[in-house]
Amino acid sequence: MKAKDIIKNGLIKENPTWVLVLGMCPTLATTTSAINGLCMGLATTFVLMCSNVVISLLKSLVPDKVRIPCFIVVIATFVTIVQMVMQGFIPDLYASLGLFIPLIVVNCIVLGRAEAFASKNNVWHSFLDGLFMGLGFTWALTLLGIVREALGAGSFFGVNFIGGNDGMLLFILAPGGFLCLGLLMALINHIRSKSRS
Amino acid sequence: MAKKAESSLKNMLLSLTLIALVASLALALVNNVTKGPIEKVNQEKIANAVAKVLPAYNEYTIDTVTVETPKGDAQMVRYTAVNEAGELVGKAIESFDDNGFGGRLSAMVGFDAEGNISGYEILASAETPGLGAKADQWFQKDGKGNVIGLNPTSDNITVKKDGGQVDAITGSTITSRAFCRLVATAYNAFQIEKGEQQ
Repeated sequence: MKAKDIIKNGLIKENPTWVLVLGMCPTLATTTSAINGLCMGLATTFVLMCSNVVISLLKSLVPDKVRIPCFIVVIATFVTIVQMVMQGFIPDLYASLGLFIPLIVVNCIVLGRAEAFASKNNVWHSFLDGLFMGLGFTWALTLLGIVREALGAGSFFGVNFIGGNDGMLLFILAPGGFLCLGLLMALINHIRSKSRS
Repeated sequence: MAKKAESSLKNMLLSLTLIALVASLALALVNNVTKGPIEKVNQEKIANAVAKVLPAYNEYTIDTVTVETPKGDAQMVRYTAVNEAGELVGKAIESFDDNGFGGRLSAMVGFDAEGNISGYEILASAETPGLGAKADQWFQKDGKGNVIGLNPTSDNITVKKDGGQVDAITGSTITSRAFCRLVATAYNAFQIEKGEQQ
């Protein structure tokens, strides 16, 4: 497998949100605004990168029967590190995302990539896979956040463009999240199938 | 690919123990680095909230009081502020109510020396974004449900639906009720004299 394929897989061909449809809980919960989506994506990317590298290093040392608990301990450690660093050094971001950071531990993407990729591939490829799967997740969350924030609050990355009025509240709340996610997923997969044929 | 370690009892115990040990070591190290900044951030947050909800003061002292809440007695932290002459300027109370729409709603509530509400700041809430989460602006001086300047002794601080005089947040009566209870609890704490209880 070449590095180019790994990059393409993460960003488009096997995009965690649009194609694999993994990690829906943080996807819906944190994309109430573009900046929250972006930051959640980047935090997940960091965890994914670190856990992929460590798990790839450990893969021959860990017996099969206890591999899942081992992976989870590694992932949970990195998530806790992210949480503590964020709380101490970026308190504003922690105030809006703090609730969702521990959820990265149970994000299917992180364990999924550990199990499906890092435990079978070398360190360099696992690092790339973590980085680009994470970035694929990040752009998906950011796009969803931009759309929901524009419709729901009438602003773009916090800058209001409709002049004071509240937007359509529905899109900030859970039902709007599902609607936007479904429609965007359909649109993106339509574009993908068009460009393939 | 290197040969996988066998799933024998010894190997499993060994690998899990080692990984857990290394993980806790890493966490302990990071905790050491972030402990200071986290504490500083939290203290700043509290100090800013106290400064925001009280009239101008010189310094404040901190004590803990046991207050009656709708759910039984609870411990609350109280900040008593005095001016340069040592006269009481006001008290701020870290108050909370457990029956918000999303669980606990907590806020710093400030009263001036006469017991008029001088300000409040939401410290933590899990209310619905766009609805109950508006509580951080709604009850402020220029908000629609202004409570600043009201006195819980002479004014009825409950929502209009319950016969009070506070405009509830549109579509968020539960949050508004929680907020009013939280203010009432804070007022109970305000009335407790210093040294009356330990």
